[in-house]
Amino acid sequence: MLAHVALDVRAALSRAECDLYSNLVTRATGRAVRSQLELLLGELAGRRLAVLDFSRVGVLDFSCADEIVAQLLLRHGAGRVRETPAEQPACWFVCRGLHEAHLEALDPVLEHHELALVVETTDGTARIAGVACDDERAAWRLVHETGGGDCATLAAHASRDADGLAPWLAQLAARRLVVDAQDGYWPLRLA
Amino acid sequence: MTTILAVPPSLDDVSIEQVLTPLAALAPDAKLLVDARHARWASPFALCSLLVLAQTRAVRPQFIAPEGDETASYWARTGFFKQAERFYEPVRPLPRSRAGDSHVLLPVTEIGAHGDVQEVVQRVQDRAATIMHDVLGFPASSAMGFSMVLSESCQNIVEHAGTSGWVAVQTYQWRKRLGRKVVVIAVCDAGLGFRRSYEQSHGRPASDRWDDGAALELAILKGASRFRDPGRGQGLPNIRKYMGRWGAKLSVRSGTARLAVVPAWDDEPPLTEHLAEFPGAQVQIVIPAQVPD
Repeated sequence: MLAHVALDVRAALSRAECDLYSNLVTRATGRAVRSQLELLLGELAGRRLAVLDFSRVGVLDFSCADEIVAQLLLRHGAGRVRETPAEQPACWFVCRGLHEAHLEALDPVLEHHELALVVETTDGTARIAGVACDDERAAWRLVHETGGGDCATLAAHASRDADGLAPWLAQLAARRLVVDAQDGYWPLRLA
Repeated sequence: MTTILAVPPSLDDVSIEQVLTPLAALAPDAKLLVDARHARWASPFALCSLLVLAQTRAVRPQFIAPEGDETASYWARTGFFKQAERFYEPVRPLPRSRAGDSHVLLPVTEIGAHGDVQEVVQRVQDRAATIMHDVLGFPASSAMGFSMVLSESCQNIVEHAGTSGWVAVQTYQWRKRLGRKVVVIAVCDAGLGFRRSYEQSHGRPASDRWDDGAALELAILKGASRFRDPGRGQGLPNIRKYMGRWGAKLSVRSGTARLAVVPAWDDEPPLTEHLAEFPGAQVQIVIPAQVPD
């Protein structure tokens, strides 16, 4: 379905600046790291799931959270509520290996841009970071916990009305918080 | 004729005005002597501001170091004299620092480029947990927040000042004003300042009130930036959120105004206007030790 692209953010920092650094601070650093990540993303054609791995990153400041994560989402048309179809080939994003302190930098930046993103913290818990309403979050949890399926199956699992669930699933797909396929909606699996 | 600017015995973000007020009336090429003989104590904000003062002068000011051995030795350990040598003409040789000081968490350090911010964060990172947990009593996990605040504060110089500036981090017992230990971050530059930085990109806003105070409010309270990119301007408002969480105080002086995010333990007015004109922007963050439950 989706080609996985593993993006080690610390390795990108080493290539962009210096392998002695482990901290993502300053806008200039953020821009340089994003350029490295975009080079890697560009090597793979088609529909891709980019997994940004922060597990070897020390400090993440607001500027880098904005330049790396928010700008990647904005430039690839992900995370935002869209009124027009996104450009193709589409790219989905997940961040993993995030400490609570990373999320303290990331959450306000995503909120500032009205973006949402699937994140996995160091304890393996996945959630939506950023701006999403309660219905979106509930629909996302349903897809994530059940492993996905078509709208009717998901609705039945949650004892919900399929007509009421459908627009929220479509919204999650449009924001690329789940993957939409002909046979239903599927979570962004990191394996 | 040389004008003598006497440094008061206790030099901090408030008493520095006693130095800046007479300075504002002088021409940029006026000869100056900054006389710190009677100084007994100086905050990192004051030390960084003294460097900014010298940096703005067309003629290098003369400088006399504190007479007290203990004070002079401390100023040396803060790294002030090392930086001052480049901007002042010392009347007498400046004392040298022979050893570090556990109260000096980051000596007065020049910030001129993004790489300097990266170095500062790297340097402080190992000590950030000690600062926040052991010194101030916060959870160790707040160490990254400290580094983020430090990074964003320093970046204002690189992004907006148009010249280099200084950062310093120290801890001390703030007996007089709080009766608790504090960690103080000072970040000062002699650059454009908030109002001119904003005007360079956006022009003067069509408002009845547009001055240094209004520019500070726009940047710190509303997150406005001179950059048109909608992602910009988040640094200071996000620093403000940490101030609330830590019961800390943020104050920013620029031009003729000082805006403060004032915690319950302080009584400074949120906005002080009609101060003496002083170039650039000077930021002070005071993080007090937590009071045990």
